[in-house]
Parts: sequence; structure tokens; C-alpha cells
Amino acid sequence: MPPRSTGLDSKALAVYAKDMRLELRSRYALNAILMFAITTLAVVSFSLGQSGLSPKLLSALFWIVIFFSAMSGLAHVFVREEETGTALALRLMADPDPVYIGKLAFNFSLLTTMAVVVTPLFFIFTDAPAEHIISFLPVLALGVIGLSGATTLVAAIISRASVKGALFAVLSFPILMPLLIALVAATEKVFGGSGLGEALAELQFLFAYAVVMITASLLLFKFVWQD
Amino acid sequence: MWWKILLFVGMTAMIIASYVTPAPQQQIGESSRIFYHHIPQAWICVLAFATSMVYSIRYLRSRRIEFDDRAVETARLGFVFCLLATVTGSIFARIAWGSFWNWDPRETSVFVLLLIYGAYFALRGAVQEPDRRAALSGVYSIFAFVTVPFLIFVLPRIVPSLHPDDSIVDSSMEFTMGPSVRVIFFASLALYTVLYFWMLNLSGRIGRLVRVREDLES
Repeated sequence: MPPRSTGLDSKALAVYAKDMRLELRSRYALNAILMFAITTLAVVSFSLGQSGLSPKLLSALFWIVIFFSAMSGLAHVFVREEETGTALALRLMADPDPVYIGKLAFNFSLLTTMAVVVTPLFFIFTDAPAEHIISFLPVLALGVIGLSGATTLVAAIISRASVKGALFAVLSFPILMPLLIALVAATEKVFGGSGLGEALAELQFLFAYAVVMITASLLLFKFVWQD
Repeated sequence: MWWKILLFVGMTAMIIASYVTPAPQQQIGESSRIFYHHIPQAWICVLAFATSMVYSIRYLRSRRIEFDDRAVETARLGFVFCLLATVTGSIFARIAWGSFWNWDPRETSVFVLLLIYGAYFALRGAVQEPDRRAALSGVYSIFAFVTVPFLIFVLPRIVPSLHPDDSIVDSSMEFTMGPSVRVIFFASLALYTVLYFWMLNLSGRIGRLVRVREDLES
């Protein structure tokens, strides 16, 4: 059915374009997420110094910075709809699927922007081995896909709860735990210089995780979005 | 009524037998008797959480609030058994492996299960409207349960585990336990399961009474 599939694409694209335009007007989520990441990174670099950090420590620190920065901004895309009262209009105008895909794409872009800024800074501020940055990129990309894929549905859930505050991190952490463990293990191997081949099991795990979480989100999103 | 008496007699006999027969694991010695309780508790924890997820799916399909009540009741029981399994496992870990907590993959997964259902109850506390609370927490419980296979089956292949793979069956599916150990262990497993269903039945009856009273008051 070609007409229907183009309909889904164009609707999702419209939702994505709308969120991008709103974000570029205020830059609220982007500023929050970037400032949070840079502050944590600076604190880490200040307090630990620049040399003598093992690959294990470096990989754990990197993903802690990314995790908490993501927690500070990723819920915004749904919370904004509820706070400004536009959720109802969006619910009337579009089916759940394009809304979810548009919001997921927006969160993915937001996290990618953050990763593009933070990763070079991380290599500058700590003595992370810059020669391994190329083999680190696939791990980073799968991490960004997994993080946005697993948290977009949680963002939708907390936007509909009456108390939003710390709930996003509380609900996201157990779901992200397997992802974070695999990401830290893979990053440690890459920083240690053993190359991507050694981290193949972790990469497969990360890929499977992202696929499963996005599929489950697509199936469940309509129950969150519609009353 | 008769099965309650049977449960009481069986449970008593199982507990006495678990103390008077020789210890199930010779190398670890007397403390390995905790295994008669630790594994059934962990099993009930998984069973209760899986039941909760099934009720959540049934709620989302039918939108009948009773299914949401059942989902919470069994999640509460699962949480209690999960705590019991964690505590008994932690004590056993101190004796067998030298420290209370080692971040062994099974310990990681039980910790994540506790976090998931802790977050589940926190989410329920944060939503006032009953239908929305049921839908949101149901979706969360299904979504979180999807990550459990990653923790239980995939993670131990990445991080080495201290838990023995052959505590019940070895690689050729032969029982590794002696005959008397086997009888007590499977009796314990069955008795704990009956106990769980009884507790679930009781909390379901209480839940239905609470609903009836709310309907009468409104």
C-alpha cells in the first residue's frame, strides 16, 4: 500500500519538523542537555586530573556523563506538549505511530548533537586515547540509538503523570541498565586498544537491544498516547 | 480447606527435612541448605512478575480495571519474594564467595528487577486518575519486562558469572542432585508455588472487597 506508507512518512516528518522548529526558536532542550554535559565533564576533568585514568574508568565516566545529560533533556519533547496544552491538538491531528516516530527522530537528533559536541571535549579534557576515536564511533552511534529508542516511550509516560520531577530518571534507569553495562564494556575494550573485533558480542547486543526497544515502543505507544 | 492443611503439613515436613538430612552441597557444607529456599523464592519472584505482565497486557486489551488490580497484587507479592531471594542470596554469597555483593550477572538482574518494580510503584504513586494510572503503569511494566531477557540470558555471556550452571541439571541434562536432595528441592518448589497462589487468591479477594466498598460509598 504505497499511499499509506508515504502518509506515515510525511506525517512523521511533519511532527519532526514541527519539533525542530520549536526547538530552534527556544533551544531549551538543547541548551539544558549541552550545559549539563559540559558542566559534568568539567567537574570530572577538574577533580580527576588529566592523566593516569584507566580505560575502564574513562569508559564509565563517559557514559555517566552521557546518561545524566540525556536524562536532563530527553523528556522535554513530550512534557512540552502537555505543558503548553498542545497535546490534545496533536492527538486529534495525527495517529500515534507518526507522532512516536517523529518524536523519536527528534530525540535522536538532540542526542546526536550532544554527542558530536561532548565526545571531542571528552577526548580533550581527559587523556582518553584519541587514536581509537574512529573505532569508538560505531559504539557511540549504537549507544545514541539505544538511549533515544528506550527513553522516548518513558518520556511519553512521565509527561502524562502528575508529578514529573525526578520520575524520568527513576523510570529510565532500570530499562537502560543492560544498555549501559554493554556500552561501558564495549567502550573499555575500544579504549584499551583491542579494536572493534574484540567487542563484537557487545555490538551485537547493542544492536539487538535498540531493535527490540524501538519495536516494543511502537507497539505500546498508542496505549500511552490515547486515553 | 483440605489443601491448606496439606500445605501446612507439607511446608512443616519440608522445613524439618531440609535441616535433618545431610547438607546438599558437601564443599560448602551446612550453609548450602539455604538453597532449598533461595531458588524457590527466586522462581516465585519471576513467576509473580511474569503474571503481573500478563495481567497488564489483559488490562490494555480489555480496559477492565480488575485486571489492573490483579497486576498490582501479584507485583507486590513478586517484590516481597524478590527481596527474600536477594537477602538469602546475599547471605549465601558472603559464605560461598566471600562478600555480600559481587555484581554477578544474577545479582545485577535481581537488582534491576527490584529497581523496575520500585519505579513501577513510584509511577503508580504519581498518577491520580485510576484509568490513566492503570494504562501508564501497565505499559511501563511490559516495556521494562522486555529488557529482562537481555539481563538474564545475554549479559552472563558478556560478564562472567559466579553462579553455578549445573546446580540443578548438568550439561547433558542429568540431575546433579542426590535423590533425597532432589525430593526436598522439588517439594519446596511445589509448596512455595501453592503458597504463592494462595497469597494471590487472598489479596485478590481483599482487592475485590475494597472495590465493592468503594462502589457502595460513591
